[in-house]
Order: sequence, then structure tokens, then C-alpha cells
Amino acid sequence: MAAARLLKDEATEEKGDRARMASFIGAMAIADLVKTTLGPKGMDKILQSTGRGRNVTVTNDGATILKSLHIDNPAAKVLVDISKVQDDEVGDGTTSVVVLAGELLREAEKLVNQKIHPMTIIAGYRMAAECARNALLLKAKDNKQDPDKFKSDLMKIAMTTLSSKILSQDKEHFAKLAVDAVLRLKGSTNLESIQIIKKAGGSLKDSFLDEGFVLDKKIGIGQPKRIENAKILVANTAMDTDKVKIYGARVRVDSMAKVAEIEGAEKEKMKQKVQKIIAHGINCFVNRQLIYNFPEELFADAGILAIEHADFDGIERLALVTGGEIASTFDNPESVKLGHCKLIEEIMIGEDKLIHFSGVEMGQACTVVLRGASSHVLDEAERSLHDALCVLSQTVNDSRVLLGGGWPEMVMAKEVDELARKTPGKKSHAIEAFSRSLQAIPTIIADNAGLDSAELISQLRAEHHKDTTSAGINIISGGVGDMDKLGVSESFKVKQAVLLSATEAAEMILRVDEIITCAPRKREDRM
Amino acid sequence: MALAFDEYGRPFIIIKEQEQKARLRGLEAQKANISAGKAVARILRTSLGPKGMDKMLQSPDGDVIITNDGATILEQMDVDNQIAKLMVELSRSQDYEIGDGTTGVVVLAGALLEQAEKLLERGIHPVRISEGYEMASKLAVDHLESISQKFEFSVTNIEPLVQTCMTTLSSKIVNRCKRALAEIAVKAVLAVAALERKDVNLELIKVEGKVGGKLEDTELIYGILVDKDMSHPQMPKRIEDANIAILTCPFEPPKPKTKHKIDIDTVEKFQTLRQQELNYFDDMVQKCKDVGATLVICQWGFDDEANHLLMHRNLPAVRWVGGVELELIAIATGGRIVPRFQELTTEKLGKAGLVREKSFGTTKDRMLYIEHCANSRAVTIFIRGNKMMIEETKRSLHDALCVARNLIRNNSIVYGGGSAEISCAIAVEAAADRYPGVEQYAIRSFAEALDSIPMALAENSGLPRIDTLTAVKSQQIKENNPYCGIDCNDVGTNNMREQNVFETLIGKQQQILLATQVVKMILKIDDVITPAEY
Repeated sequence: MAAARLLKDEATEEKGDRARMASFIGAMAIADLVKTTLGPKGMDKILQSTGRGRNVTVTNDGATILKSLHIDNPAAKVLVDISKVQDDEVGDGTTSVVVLAGELLREAEKLVNQKIHPMTIIAGYRMAAECARNALLLKAKDNKQDPDKFKSDLMKIAMTTLSSKILSQDKEHFAKLAVDAVLRLKGSTNLESIQIIKKAGGSLKDSFLDEGFVLDKKIGIGQPKRIENAKILVANTAMDTDKVKIYGARVRVDSMAKVAEIEGAEKEKMKQKVQKIIAHGINCFVNRQLIYNFPEELFADAGILAIEHADFDGIERLALVTGGEIASTFDNPESVKLGHCKLIEEIMIGEDKLIHFSGVEMGQACTVVLRGASSHVLDEAERSLHDALCVLSQTVNDSRVLLGGGWPEMVMAKEVDELARKTPGKKSHAIEAFSRSLQAIPTIIADNAGLDSAELISQLRAEHHKDTTSAGINIISGGVGDMDKLGVSESFKVKQAVLLSATEAAEMILRVDEIITCAPRKREDRM
Repeated sequence: MALAFDEYGRPFIIIKEQEQKARLRGLEAQKANISAGKAVARILRTSLGPKGMDKMLQSPDGDVIITNDGATILEQMDVDNQIAKLMVELSRSQDYEIGDGTTGVVVLAGALLEQAEKLLERGIHPVRISEGYEMASKLAVDHLESISQKFEFSVTNIEPLVQTCMTTLSSKIVNRCKRALAEIAVKAVLAVAALERKDVNLELIKVEGKVGGKLEDTELIYGILVDKDMSHPQMPKRIEDANIAILTCPFEPPKPKTKHKIDIDTVEKFQTLRQQELNYFDDMVQKCKDVGATLVICQWGFDDEANHLLMHRNLPAVRWVGGVELELIAIATGGRIVPRFQELTTEKLGKAGLVREKSFGTTKDRMLYIEHCANSRAVTIFIRGNKMMIEETKRSLHDALCVARNLIRNNSIVYGGGSAEISCAIAVEAAADRYPGVEQYAIRSFAEALDSIPMALAENSGLPRIDTLTAVKSQQIKENNPYCGIDCNDVGTNNMREQNVFETLIGKQQQILLATQVVKMILKIDDVITPAEY
């Protein structure tokens, strides 16, 4: 009958329980996939790309793993999406958010099997999430007033974030590096002004924070290698052949002599341009576009350091750092703001020559030079550092801090349990389930560290029954420890984002009772 | 059958290649159509009401959409069946006309078809059924008019409007912050409404979304939000009392539309040309500066040199602003869109109290806020959340905005929760007996079809559907109170007036009229010819 053929070929439709089952399974599969990377003893994953070269990435960053997966299950895509949002918004907690959402769905599945309507579960989850958030708000500490304490908070957060990454061996070193870098930003969350340069060779410990600015470029031949009290003109202009921009213009000549004349004129034009640039009284010229040999030679003659083809970010950052403006016309030298720095020199890192600008005017920007054994290590180190920087920059703006090591989850779980006891009706089952999901996070952390999770969690719960406690899992010793003393802290903003987006995602998937998949768009075959 | 004979008795074929075409005729065709229509309605049935479920749709490109907006589901569904496409059209026209109730209209049409099938089996002619439905729909619409209430609100008292929008939003995933969103929607509509003309141009309300943050951060901006940043990184990020020049000409040398060539054959020509080129940029910037502009918004790109000159002369600029946004900016700031530099005058500049750039999250996303505009008649709703949430929130807000607009156009309301349908059903049922002839049956069936909406509501809310419906129906008749509906949220009362569940009168009327029309159309089809698969 016609009714059976409602949709197009290959389009599929799944309904009711089957749809719910498909989305639960998909979401849980994703959560289980990244589950083992959670916590300080979490394991890494190797990702091999299908593209040319079969590039390999080793990582334990949840967002990176999920981004690289080819997923067909629509519910799983929802989880990948929230992990991306978490990455964009706070930078860290990308694994936690997926794991929590997965656990929430796992609990929800049990409830659905007990014939509780998904809408009831959602209502319960919402109440629980609200309650958990309030519990966190109450327990969060704010040390903004006290700069020393605040800095130590930042240190702790950075160490906690880094401890689950490849940098954990040198976490103190990197934590200090990250905190210094972020404090230089003075409250802005614009991480662009922190430049990360990766150079293979040396060990991770050799990485350092440079106060100045490092540009990964070579100095032109015959030009000074070291300039003190540099006056820098940052420009974005064509320094190859300057085209005539008027539309429709073209050169039409009738003899070779004329060609030479025009060529001469072109050269003259370039020369004039260079003269104008030199007239700014500069001794360093950085251009975003290419500088051809001819102008480069002219610069060398004038004793000016000319750097070509710095990419766009590099230019913007350099302009920011040295306080100059990015110029494209050079007619009024007196009003163009030049950049200044104390010293420009060529430095060697490993085997590569880099240009180093030190003693710059604006203290905001800085450069982190990462060293490491292989490009994979460096890539992962960059991701880890990026996470730490993101978290720190967010914490500078929202300075509320929580303890780590499963402490916030236990605090929330306790409050949510209380709520469950007070709530009449079927919703209380859902609220209880929410608390169980929260407790699953410390359980997974303990499991990943090879500890006896059942024992530890029950101990923790007992600890948390007291009113003020700072007990969490001490991964190193394998017992329950005082997180305050151990200095394990987490940013409130990250935890809150994890909680809210995980609940939101779980809710979204729970609400679905039908999946309609359209036929995949066919690639147009060329004949 | 497809063979005919011409006047000389030679046979010729009317429909080619008989065997390759599927053909359904007569009752069979009608039944097939009805079952297709019903199948579509069945998909949407579970999405109805505050406890309705969502659908997850995977598009051909693999993107996932989660929604419970009827029009969106059907649009994305990749429907192949012709009748099913009619149903899609039906929900789309409800969406265009009213904006809300797109699920309800399809469910109603499905129920009408279901009833029609029974009548067909009894041997009633489809056209008679159509006529009966037509009469019944008139009855229902008139009845709706009589139970509707005028509904007083003013710019200062927006509470009733907010309540109505909340009813719309409560069936969506965003119902967590329905109060906040409803207020945003109402304020936005009131900001752009022309109350004396009773008209609202929804195009003045721009809905922007940005991934990140949470739904609670959604805000209403009295101004325009442009997803662009200043053309030069060192331009000021904050401009107060901006005079905005809105340009649709690029900061580039002119490109005449007529085909032309400039031949350079001497050095002198080369040099004059160059000089001219330099002057162009200088002139352009100078013109903007002369008329007193403090911000330039341009639809096109800038040349590097022009960009620097702008920055140099302290004239912030934004480039590559889309046409729609440009128009909105022009409306909001009271400026004129200027297509040529020569025509730039002081009067044509737009004015805004504050223009600022704001960055988000850890990525380098920046957006430009243009606020405190001279003419605050354009507003922007800025949604935060994750990607799917934003999409769904956009759709939900669209519904809420439409509802608010409809109320401003016509402030009659009926009560929701299925109460209006039940009341209509009672009225139609009672009226049916007065009609002689076969139509009586059709009218009675229409009443039964109307019952299916409250029934679906009850079912989705986990209530026993028949028990609930009959209880409410008897209550309505007993108390002569048309405001009794299904208590979906388990509040404890089924008086929709107390629960503050409103729907717009025109929305409901339109639902009934559109559904009837489509059903009539489907019933009239008695021959379906489908080309064979090739």
C-alpha cells in the first residue's frame, strides 16, 4: 500500500522505544569511548586520520577525540556537539561533560524500562540540576580580593587541569608558565596574544615563557642581525610588483624599448615606495605580504631589517605587542604610530633561527616556546596548555573556585539526594538517578587509576555526610584525602558548564521519540 | 481503458507505456491517499502539547536536527508520497500565515481523513463528505468566535501577552526558561509593533544565535547585532554617539560596468594612473570624514590601503556586512543606504548611541553591537546555547513572536488545552442533527475528528485518553463552561482560564479552515497515476 512508501528510498524511520534505544545506545557508546581518558590516570587515544598520510594524533583531550570521529548515530552527534561547545566556551571539561551526559542517559534508560515517562525523568533531572548548581554556588570560594591567594588558586587550578594531560610530569613548571601568561592578559580572555611556538627537540622541561615576542621568520640576507632600540613599522602592503588597481588597465606596448621603459617606471615606483617607508625613520620593517628581492635589497642598503610574509595573526600580535599600527599607505610618516622595542635579535632554538623581539611596550602578549621529543608530543602539549590557558583566563574573570578530585560531584550528589527524599512523586526516582550519575564521575576517575572504586566512593560518601569536608579522591596515595591540603582545585565556571550542558544534552536526547534519517546525499558521479 | 479510437476507428494510446505506470482508481485511490495522510499525522501526533516528544531528524548531509515544531519536521522529512507532500504544504501554510499550531493542523487533518474513511466505507460519496465537512467547519469557526474573549493589554501591561507566549513555548524544549523567553518575545514584538495600525513587521526582529554559553544568557538587544568585527584590528572597539555612514560601494577603485580598457603605453601614462589611484582612496575617506561620519559600515570589501587610511584618519569601519543586516542597520539608525561616495551627505548618516565590539568564549569570535539607535524600531534577539539548542530556540521563538504578533493584530483569544476543540465538537455535534441528508453524518464525523486533538493531548500527557476526554466533555456540558480542557501539566484544575493557557482565535480558526480545505482536496482525488520507477 501507499502508506508504506511515505518516505523516499533509503530514508529510514525509527519510532518509540526503538528510537529511544538507538539514541541511548549511541550516546552511551560515545561516553564509554572517552570514559577511560578521564582523570589524572586516564589513558590516551591514538587517532589515525583517513586523509592522505594517515596522520596520527595521540591525545586525551575529549573534544579532540570526538571531533575526529566519523559518527553516524544522531544522538552521538548531540554529545559531540556539546563537547565542542564546552571547548569553545570554557576550554576544559570536554570529557567530563560527555561522560556525565552518558551516565545520565544510562540511568534514564533504567527508569524508562521501569515505565517512567521520559517527560517525568526530564522534570526530575531539571530539578536536580538546579539543586546541584545551587549547592555548588554555596560551596564555591572567591579569593578575588586577595591577589596572593588568588594566584595560588590559579596555580592549583592549572596543576589540576594539567595533571590529567601529557604535561603531568612537569605540571608545576607548566602551571607556572600558564598562570604567568594568563596574568599578563589582565583579565581579557583573548588568548590570541599568547603565542605558542612548537619546536621539536629537547625535552618538555625545556619549554619556556618568553616575555617578548618570537616570530618564526628569518632575517633577510645582508641585513642587521641585531637591532637595539628598534623602531618598527608593521605593514600590510604589496611589496612585490605594485599592481595598478584601476579596473581594466593593462599594458600595451609596441616595442621592446617601451617595455623597458615601463619596467623602469615600475621599479621607480617601488623605489619611491621604499623611500617613503624608509622616511619613517625606522630600522625594522615587517610586512604581511611578500617582499621581493629588489625592495629587500633596498632595505638592506638602508640598514633596515625587513621581515616578509609574517602571517596575519603574527602581524596583528606584533602590532599589539609593539604598540604600532598596521600601515598600508606611507604618505604621512609623521602621523603613523611606530612600534618600539628594546632589542631585536636572531635567536636559535634547537636548530631553527627565530626573530626575538624583547623589551616590548605592551606587556600583554607573550610567547610560549614548547620543546619536546616529537611532533605528537608537542601537539598534545599544545592542546593541554591551551586547555589550561582557557580555564585560567575564564577563572580570572569568574574567580570562584571549587575543590577537585571528585569533591564537587559528591557535594552535588549529597544535595540532590536530599532533594530526592523531599520530593513526592515519580520525579524523585529521576532525581535519585541524577545523584547516582554524579557519583559515577569519581567512580570512573578511581577506576581509571586502578583503585577500588566501590570502597573509595562509599568512604567518600561517609566523609561528605559531615557538614564541612574537603574530602576527595587522592589518586596518588589511592585513598580519601583532603583536597584543600593537596591543593586540587577546579574552576567553578567549568564545573557549572559541565553540569548544565550535560543535563541539557541528556534532556534533548530523552525527548526524542522518533528518528527520521534522510537518504544520504549521493555524490554526483562524473559520468 | 487508456486506449481510445479516433474517428476512423484506429486505436491510439492516451497514456503511454501502460504497464510501466502504477495506477490507482476509485475507492482504492481514496483509501491509499487517506492512509498516506494519516501516516503523516501519526508521526506528528506524539509531538502535540506540552508533554509532546521531539523528533530527531538526520538530514542528507548528516546534520542532526531535534525539534518538535511540526512545520520543521515535515519540511525535513524528505517525503516522497504526493499526498504526504500536501500535508507538508498544509503545515507550511499554517506556518506562514499564523506561525504557530503547525502540528495541530496536521493532526486535525489526519483525524478528518480517518473519519472520512469510515464514511466512505459506508458508501457515502466523497463530495458529500466534503460538503458536510465544509458546513461543519463553518459551524466550528462561528462557534469559536462566540466563545472567544477580547483580551486587554497595553504597552505597560504586557502580562497577558507573556502568558500567551508561554503557552506556545511550553511545548518546546526551551520550556525551562519559557518565562524569560516569552518576555523577550513580547518585548521584541512590542518594540517593533505599530499599535495604531495593529501591524507588526517581524522582519525588524532579527534572531541571532551564537554557540556557547547557556540558554539563560539569551538576551534582547535594542539595536542590531552584526557578526562582524572592525576591519582593522586597531580601530576603536567602542564608539559613543556614532554617526554611521552606510555604504554599498566598495572602498576600491571604481569598476565601470561598461567594458573598457586603459592601455598603458608610456611611462607618463603609467604615472598619472598611479597618481589617480592614490587620490581615489584619499577622496573616498575624505568624503566620509567631511560629512561627519564616525563609523563606516560597508557592504563590500576594502583595499588594504583604504583600510589603513580609514584607520589612520580615525574612522572605524566594518566591511562585508550582508544586505539584510545593512537594511536593518539603516532602519534602526535612521540612516540612508548610500550607493555612491558622491551622494554622501550629513543627513544620510545614521545615528546610534553606542557601538561596541564584544568577544565570546575562548575562541576569537567577535560581534558588533549597535545600540541606542535613533529609531529603536529594530531589535535583535541573541540566543546562546549549543548548536542544536540554538536552532530549536530560534524556531520556538519564531512561534512565540508570531503569536504575539497575531494578538496585536487581533486580540481575541480562545482557551487552550483542547478546551476550544471540545467546545466546538459539542456545538457541531448538536448542530448536526438539524441537517437533513447525508451531510449529517459528515458533520457528526467532523465533531468526532475535533475530539482527536484533546485526545492526543491527553495521550501524550500520560492520561487515559477516553476517560479524560469524556470527563471533560461532560463537565463542559454540565457546567456550560467552554474553558475546560485537558490538564496536561497535572496542575489539579482543568479550567484553562485559571491555568492561563491561551491561544489566539485566528490561529485556531485558521487551523480548522486549512485542515478542512486540504481534506476536501484529498477526498476529491479518485485517480492516482504514478510513473514507474526508472
